Amino acid sequence: MSDYNFAYLDEQTKRMIRRAILKGLAIPGYQVPFASREMPMPYGWGTGGVQVSAAVLTPEDCFKVIDQGADDTTNAVSIRKFFERTAGVATTEETEKASIIQTRHRIPEAALREDQILVYQVPIPEPLRFLEPRETETRKMHALEEYGLMHVKLYEDISQHGAIATSYAYPVKVEGRYVMDPSPIPKFDNPKMEMAAIQLFGAGREQRIYAVPPHTRVVSLDFEDYPFEAAKADHACDLCAAEDSYLDEVILDDAGGRMFVCSDTDYCRSRRDAGHVGRLGEVAA
Amino acid sequence: MDQLSETPTDIYAGGFADPPADAAHGFRAVMEVLARPGEIRSLSGGCAPEGLSPAAASLLLTLCDPETGIYLAPDVDSPALRGWLAFHTGAPLVAAAEADFAVGGWEALMPLEQYKIGTAEYPDRSATLVVELPAFTSPNARLTGPGIKDSAAMALPDVAALQRNAMLYPLGVDVFFTSGAQVMGLPRSSQITAEG
Repeated sequence: MSDYNFAYLDEQTKRMIRRAILKGLAIPGYQVPFASREMPMPYGWGTGGVQVSAAVLTPEDCFKVIDQGADDTTNAVSIRKFFERTAGVATTEETEKASIIQTRHRIPEAALREDQILVYQVPIPEPLRFLEPRETETRKMHALEEYGLMHVKLYEDISQHGAIATSYAYPVKVEGRYVMDPSPIPKFDNPKMEMAAIQLFGAGREQRIYAVPPHTRVVSLDFEDYPFEAAKADHACDLCAAEDSYLDEVILDDAGGRMFVCSDTDYCRSRRDAGHVGRLGEVAA
Repeated sequence: MDQLSETPTDIYAGGFADPPADAAHGFRAVMEVLARPGEIRSLSGGCAPEGLSPAAASLLLTLCDPETGIYLAPDVDSPALRGWLAFHTGAPLVAAAEADFAVGGWEALMPLEQYKIGTAEYPDRSATLVVELPAFTSPNARLTGPGIKDSAAMALPDVAALQRNAMLYPLGVDVFFTSGAQVMGLPRSSQITAEG
């Protein structure tokens, strides 16, 4: 028996969030306003994702949290512990075993299944916000499907840098209608968003929830002569030798030494367990 | 309040036995069917007075509270059901045009045009229909769109009316079909082709 209601939030709050999630799924990519609650963690630490997870969790779920791909960073550990304590759910670091995965800024490398749900933490849900600060205007722009400004922004990238320099939070168009911020995932992850799992997005401070149902068309904006490219560092993982995973660069010393490692720690661990060894990896004893 | 005091006491029964867990399971079923049109999930735990299926009763218990106006179509409207909803959800009963949730058989709920479809700036301010069906019969429509891998088959009570609703996208109503302890979902985003 816990001192908390199941998954921390009271039932009426969960109903309000659940209704917002349903509207989000019915209108993929549209940002549904919701009455975000104060959570026992600061805004910017995933309060939106936590509220969505709390509304979706059942007692039988197995919960995983990643922070830029890693299970063992402060944010991931504290959110995992939060739900261990307030919901009593099982937790895991293995992508395969999880039924709900809350993520900050990455999509796991392993393809997600139909019976899994991916919950994103979102800082700024409005993709047009840095181009137009007024909510009244961006709301009209979505209503009128007026997304020319976003293409101007991408064009300015090309004129200044010779390529679309946006490397994360790369805007997408969902099912041919709403332009959506995929949250600050690297653009390497954008093609994975057409997946079998349900994707839910929660922005706590900005009080928005949005969603992408399974098998929904998610197209990264681009130009015919400058097509979208899912970029990653041009290396293999130095621990597990994976060539298909998104990599973090780690500085090793002050003499220019560096290594590249998978940002998805579970993917890297499972590959090393399977015997793959990278440039700096050690053969398992 | 005379009406309530004369209502049989069975309005006090039939709520969720374990509200946090039952509502969580209920919501997952409801979310899965709306995210995957054409799929069927079981949904039970709530038991309304005569006239409403366990699936519809559980859906209302899961999603409705004092913040959501409910419209009861004439075929399901009864003092017992009104009392049950008031006791278990506290949701106000409203006219069809103001409803957030509308419950009843398909014929009784019509015309579809009377429900809120949202506004261009707030398409989420729309009604959700809970349509009671005697059974899920053999499909008469093919669906494509979000949540559907290639295409899905579904039995719809009025293909033409629901096609008109889909034309309004991103406005429009979302529909749940309930029968016994089963539920299916039809979001406004599904494109509908008549078949058979």
